Amino acid sequence: MLTFLMKRLVAGVVVLFAIACLTYALLYFSSANIARNILGEYATQEQLDAKSAELGLDQPLIVRFLGWLGQALTGDLGSSWFTGQSVAGALVTRLPVTLALIVTAIIVIAIVATLLGMAAAVKRGWIDRVVQTAAVVGDAIPGFVLAIVLVTFLAIQLRLFPATSSISPDSPSSAWTASLTLPVIALVINGVTGAAQQVRSAVIKQLEKDYVRTLRSRGISERVILFKHVLRSAAPAGLTVLSLQFIGMLGGVVIIEQIFALPGMGALAVSSTTLGDIPLVMGVVLYTVVIVIIVNLLVDLANGWLNPKVRVS
Amino acid sequence: MTLPIASIAPTGQSGVVVRANTVKRILTNPMGIIAVVILTIMAVVAIFADAIAPFGENFANIAKTLAAPDAVNLLGTDSAGRDTFSRLVFGTRITLLSAILCAAVAIAIGLPAGLIGGYYAGKFDSVANWVTNVLMALPGIIVLLTIRAAFGPSVWVSMIAFGILISPGYFRLTRTAVRSVRNELYVDAARVSGLSDSRIIARHIFSVVRAPIIIQTAMVCGVAISIQSGLEFLGLGDPTTATWGVMLSEGFKNVYLTPTLLLWPGLAIGLAIGALVLLGNAVRDALEDAETIKPVKKNVEADAPARESRESRKTPAAVAAGTEHHLLRVNHLGVGYPQADGSIKKVVDDVSFHVDRGEVLGIVGESGSGKSQTAFSILGLLPDNARIVAGSIQFDGKYTVAPGDDTVVQSRLTPLRGARISYIPQEPMSNLDPAFTIGSQLVAPMVKVLGISKKEATARALKLLADVGIVTPTRTFAAYPHEVSGGMAQRVLIAGAISCEPDLIIADEPTTALDVTVQAEVLDLLRDLQQRLGVGVILVTHNFGVVADLCDRVVVMKNGRLVEEGPVREILRTPRDPYTITLLSSMLEDKEPMTMLVSSAKGSASA
Amino acid sequence: MIDSAAPTLLSVNDLIVEYPGKGFRAKPFRALTDINISIAAGETLGLVGESGSGKTTLGRAVLGLAPVTKGTITFEGDDISHASRRERQRLSRHLQVVFQDPYTSLNPAMQVGDILAEPLGIQGIGQKASRVRVKELLDQVGLPGDAIGRLPREFSGGQRQRVAIARALALSPKLIVCDEPVSALDLTTQARVLDLFLQIQRDTGVSYLFVSHDLDVVRHISHRVAVMYRGEIVEQGPAAVVTSEPEHPYTQRLLLASPVPDPDRQEVRRANRLRLVETQREQDVQAGVAV
Repeated sequence: MLTFLMKRLVAGVVVLFAIACLTYALLYFSSANIARNILGEYATQEQLDAKSAELGLDQPLIVRFLGWLGQALTGDLGSSWFTGQSVAGALVTRLPVTLALIVTAIIVIAIVATLLGMAAAVKRGWIDRVVQTAAVVGDAIPGFVLAIVLVTFLAIQLRLFPATSSISPDSPSSAWTASLTLPVIALVINGVTGAAQQVRSAVIKQLEKDYVRTLRSRGISERVILFKHVLRSAAPAGLTVLSLQFIGMLGGVVIIEQIFALPGMGALAVSSTTLGDIPLVMGVVLYTVVIVIIVNLLVDLANGWLNPKVRVS
Repeated sequence: MTLPIASIAPTGQSGVVVRANTVKRILTNPMGIIAVVILTIMAVVAIFADAIAPFGENFANIAKTLAAPDAVNLLGTDSAGRDTFSRLVFGTRITLLSAILCAAVAIAIGLPAGLIGGYYAGKFDSVANWVTNVLMALPGIIVLLTIRAAFGPSVWVSMIAFGILISPGYFRLTRTAVRSVRNELYVDAARVSGLSDSRIIARHIFSVVRAPIIIQTAMVCGVAISIQSGLEFLGLGDPTTATWGVMLSEGFKNVYLTPTLLLWPGLAIGLAIGALVLLGNAVRDALEDAETIKPVKKNVEADAPARESRESRKTPAAVAAGTEHHLLRVNHLGVGYPQADGSIKKVVDDVSFHVDRGEVLGIVGESGSGKSQTAFSILGLLPDNARIVAGSIQFDGKYTVAPGDDTVVQSRLTPLRGARISYIPQEPMSNLDPAFTIGSQLVAPMVKVLGISKKEATARALKLLADVGIVTPTRTFAAYPHEVSGGMAQRVLIAGAISCEPDLIIADEPTTALDVTVQAEVLDLLRDLQQRLGVGVILVTHNFGVVADLCDRVVVMKNGRLVEEGPVREILRTPRDPYTITLLSSMLEDKEPMTMLVSSAKGSASA
Repeated sequence: MIDSAAPTLLSVNDLIVEYPGKGFRAKPFRALTDINISIAAGETLGLVGESGSGKTTLGRAVLGLAPVTKGTITFEGDDISHASRRERQRLSRHLQVVFQDPYTSLNPAMQVGDILAEPLGIQGIGQKASRVRVKELLDQVGLPGDAIGRLPREFSGGQRQRVAIARALALSPKLIVCDEPVSALDLTTQARVLDLFLQIQRDTGVSYLFVSHDLDVVRHISHRVAVMYRGEIVEQGPAAVVTSEPEHPYTQRLLLASPVPDPDRQEVRRANRLRLVETQREQDVQAGVAV
């Protein structure tokens, strides 16, 4: 178990490093106009050169990258070139909003999709048709279009929810609830149909297995078969879908946060990449990738726990 | 399925036949037609955009901003006075092109990589897998934002980048499909024929991948449109080109003034993606239909459960006098499956036999004889759509399937299953839940059925494992099914079947999946247990050797009907029914080697 | 009986097959150890053993579908242990295969006519000639002529196996490797397909390497029998001898393990087997071998 964890951690660090290199190299192409962006239109050439030198933009790529890497390894991601705020600081105030949004949505999706998917698989009939149709409809409507519809009708027209938000980690929980309800709904509606469909097919696949019939022949009740045996074997498929959705949402919230005017990491990502604020972009990318690696690790651990065959190998 | 004569080509890809039917099926599916029509219209609009749009994409009439629809501006104007309709038309072109570009890039990378990785495996596959894992761990939009920061706001660059990001989807799909056929025997046969790898891939493997790729592409185009308009919506696109995303963004800025500006691009995006999703689903349905011509359609009867509940309320009548002493009696049983055309296909027809306490009855037949279906009706474990069309089953003097029942009434069988009637399956491995230890799968039924404590059940389970000849009961108890051999797993299943001291064991081909030497050991075990416990056994098998080894009496079945019944010596030595005679004459034991068995040999010259 | 002077068609000498182990620097898995067999023209060599004994691997090695680590496989005097795809293509005229599972050995998307024409096409036989040959083949294996335009799924297991046999016969090969060709079939179908194999051998003089787990099947169809156990050949000789008075303890167990279709004879056989197992165990204990 421990070796498995270590292996995954090492693999994660390698991925993180590879992505850091790649991103830094990409951003190198964007650094031509940064000094101009920071100082504005009327800065003189001397001022621009001075700024470039200050930021190290006159150095070759490899020197700049090693400098950044050295700092990053000590835990210092630098500070924004535009606001001067520390990258870690900026992310720490933004991250809770984004994570709260995604984690809540994923939990709701997990519960609803499991119930719907199992009901569809076991009962068949109308509920099965509803789940299958919903999956097609859910696929067909992009999440952000749905979010726009929600915000237009429920927040702007009917004023049931705030259309913008300025929550921060120390805002009262009522403000959090009010701000996050609508975006969570948007994410859930978009994700739950596909997840329910996956759970449905995974459960049906398990129900057709020989061992289910043998369990029935042993006098085990249908409820125990469903919730103890079938659900457990169907769970890895569901977890995989959820982890993919989680990763998708990490990107998708960029748009969702824009629509609901939420002060999360998405807005930071947009502004920093638009301006070419390299330390901040690197911060956003690294944090996101770390979150993805952690989620994948958790899913692997859960799958190992659920499936003894994986555990051994 | 009959095929048109004209489509029969002596050589070449016969996939043509299948494909023609697939297209027809898509076009007869309403969803498919809607999708094709929408996409065709969009394609036409995109191609002839310059002719259709009354204004240029950036032509702005400053004097007429945020105007309502009129004769000149069919859908009104935006905040810069640009014609919404014209921009929508030009947006179609950009949107479709970018979706195609994205899918093309993704296919160009993912498909060959998947074919090579899946077919040859090895180092390339490992590397490709690693890259795939990295790419799939990347949150797409963040990467696209970074790309945009590096290369500027070009739709094409973002779509190429997104194509790369999404290529793992194709890689995995192709790789899985190739892997599944790579070891198919027909590919081996082609290799034996000396077909080159590239021709094997082109001829035998690519045809398997083709359909999933089409479905995936429909989905990918949808996602690409969604991502592309999402980026534009964020204001990250090229401001000089009219796209649906830019229009959406523009509309969102003016949502308080003219919400209709949101409506048109939103609708266009929804329609485009919706049509692609529908198309993907229509293709999938068409292909699934093609594959499931033979199998029985499930869930045809929606009104059947209602009848079942009515029947179950009725208390069953007493069994016929003078038959109570039989442990089990099957009387004129018929089992069938409803067909798509409303008829019922009988798989068991007018079958009658009985089993007494301590007796071993063999049910012998070939595949399709209905022997397993008969066994499952006794256990009440028929598939949901099965119907009892005639007859009755009584166990220990009470009906489990009463005359007139049309499905198995579970409330009558649930108390018997596991407790008094138990089951030994054919495939040892697939009949144990891989996620639970062998011990827990033995303990749970005993706790439930016998009402004993977990501790007591554990002690019993360990003793049972020793009883069925497992040398290391404690270790096997703690093991998972995949950690034991097939023969061992079958012993575990036998232990499970006798754990609650049943009166009747139904063994469905219990040794067929085992090696001959292991089969002999398991038969020894079954005989020993049967004699020790005095339990009645129904042994379903196709093997007369197994029958001779264990059974007291035999019934022979063919095509759902019982053809002959009698004591084992009588049936094996002096069979009366011609079918039984054919079956026995097909046995190889005691036959002169190298002679014809059933054919009228052209000369049975045995030197 | 086979003329003892018949030329040797296939000979396998000191063959070792190893598969690379799973994982980094894992020990390779040895599937076959020191295999020596030979088949004369017109002869059938039956290869019998349990699952995992390596009998299928041996058949696949002859066909070039398993890696030859050591030793040689000689066909008509040519070393084919490491034949290239081009050489295989030439070889496929004389060396063919029938697999166990008639459901996966035929491409479900191809019509029977195309399946049968494929090996002909590879050898550069024209469409017209190949169409004639396909008709001939269907007739030879007892399938109706209209089978040409039908898909494999329209046929039963036994009929599909006939298609597979017809494909193997297409180029009139000298040796057919038959890998459990009747074990997926019902008893009566098995009998008919075995008849077909025998008839084809009488008509064409083809040789078979006939792999099966069923001693009865192997005895019925083979001139000589080789018994495999854990990757090695433990015994080989004339079919009548090996299947009635085997020398090796494993073959003895195998012979007595298969039940006979008569209760009283089976009781005797059972008693004999239990006695044999007991004696062998005692011998093993005496020899100090842990069982």
